[in-house]
Amino acid sequence: MTALGRQAAVAGAARPARWFSWRRVGAMTLRYLYLLRGSWPRVVELIYWPTVQVLLWGFITQFFLYHSSWVMQTAGVLLAGVLLWDVLFRSQLGVSISFLEEVWSRNLGHLFVSPLRSYELVVALTVMSLIRTLIGVLPASVAAILLYHYSIYELGLPLIAFFFNLLVFGWSIGLMVSALVLRWGLGAESLAWLAIFAIAPVSCIYYPITVLPEWLRVVAWALPSAQVFEGMRAVLVDGVFRTDLLAAAVILNVLYFSLGAAALLYSFHVARVRGLLLQMGE
Amino acid sequence: MRDAVIQVRELTKRFDQVVAVDSISFEVAGGTITALLGGNGAGKTTTLAMVLGLLLPTSGTVTVLGEDMRRHRHRVLPRINFSSPYIDLPRRLSLAENLTVYAHLYGLADVRRRIGRITGELGLEDLMDRSFGTLSAGQKTRASLAKALLNEPELLLLDEPTASLDPDTADWVRGYLESYRDRTGATMLIASHNMAEVERLCSDVLIMAAGQIVDRGTPAQLIARYGRRTLEEVFLDIARRRVGGAREAAPTAAQ
Repeated sequence: MTALGRQAAVAGAARPARWFSWRRVGAMTLRYLYLLRGSWPRVVELIYWPTVQVLLWGFITQFFLYHSSWVMQTAGVLLAGVLLWDVLFRSQLGVSISFLEEVWSRNLGHLFVSPLRSYELVVALTVMSLIRTLIGVLPASVAAILLYHYSIYELGLPLIAFFFNLLVFGWSIGLMVSALVLRWGLGAESLAWLAIFAIAPVSCIYYPITVLPEWLRVVAWALPSAQVFEGMRAVLVDGVFRTDLLAAAVILNVLYFSLGAAALLYSFHVARVRGLLLQMGE
Repeated sequence: MRDAVIQVRELTKRFDQVVAVDSISFEVAGGTITALLGGNGAGKTTTLAMVLGLLLPTSGTVTVLGEDMRRHRHRVLPRINFSSPYIDLPRRLSLAENLTVYAHLYGLADVRRRIGRITGELGLEDLMDRSFGTLSAGQKTRASLAKALLNEPELLLLDEPTASLDPDTADWVRGYLESYRDRTGATMLIASHNMAEVERLCSDVLIMAAGQIVDRGTPAQLIARYGRRTLEEVFLDIARRRVGGAREAAPTAAQ
């Protein structure tokens, strides 16, 4: 057997890399899962904040129940808002933190001389974000059932639509934050924690869009998150599933996700022009 | 001469006003170990990064294993690998976890067996459960080498492969690289400023200064050409001539 033939047998790697490989996506997901598995404080942190939020807003809801007839009709609005907001927050953080892990550990250079393609890394980041979001939000939803007898699962099928729309919007913001970190370095790191809160007031999590001044409503309607929370209230208050809001959220998500992915992929190109893949790190 | 595994033509890299690599051309023949030798800032790492496709050239072309690295690098990436003391593996992952991830990224057929073999050869078995961040500098260098050899690359690019190693371990690593080349017929391009290493390992030396290749030859040819006893003396000769030339060319305050 020739040297090259032996290499091909060992590696299975002498073949040109396919344009997409779930195995490579799985390898990157495994890398983030190893990190999570090796640090129980990280897992606790994932569960901690959503549960604390549910506890806090659960007590506030109970207080309002005895003082507001409107809230009495819609006891789940606040708790559903808290849980769904955390889907958005955790999914954004899931993408940004996983990407930052590569920057912190100065691993991008190794990754980009491997057969991994940049869009496979994007897919791996979103898969890991889904896992982290479920780890964070599921225990909090169970806590709401146990403590306040409120089950978000009573939203039924619309919950699936709300969940995935917020998840994808979180990915879009996470990808944009990652693009900024790649472009501007770790100076942009704090955006991973701050960016999502910039859109919180106009996402109208706990109040209807009509509360906003007229000019700001235009901004709100341009966000999938505002469409989702408005749709959530329609289900909880009016018992109606607004497919128009769902359609708008899906269309906006396609746009934002495309922008987020394009921004990160373009940043990889810029990083190759400027030599950032070798320099970036703590 | 065997077919060229690396072909570099008129390669230039500018960062704004700074010319890091200035129109260099060279070839690396298959099965050889070639050194890029030069001082700090000579352009060695920049050249390696462009050969790998990590850095896009301002102009010029790089062809590796017959593929244009600007357009078709993914066709050859499974067949090459790279190690550098300046790029880490994830610090919080154990060595076993790191190697498993990279084995899957390279699409290896029998992950466990391959990792067992390479870590056995590099004496890393006892470190498998240690997180990468807790390894000593020398252990990290060997661990990075294990990652670089996982896919039994046909082309191996090494940036200062024995940096941070004690003389005994460094000697062992050099011996290992030689035996790897002999066993697999692999080609290696090494960026180094360790003259002893270059003299021992390399059949071809490209001396870089200020982004240019200022001389080339076998270690013996270079030593003879400059009338020196060692490659280190050749290197110092070239470096001091350039510094001296620059001093002479520089205008004085009075002028």
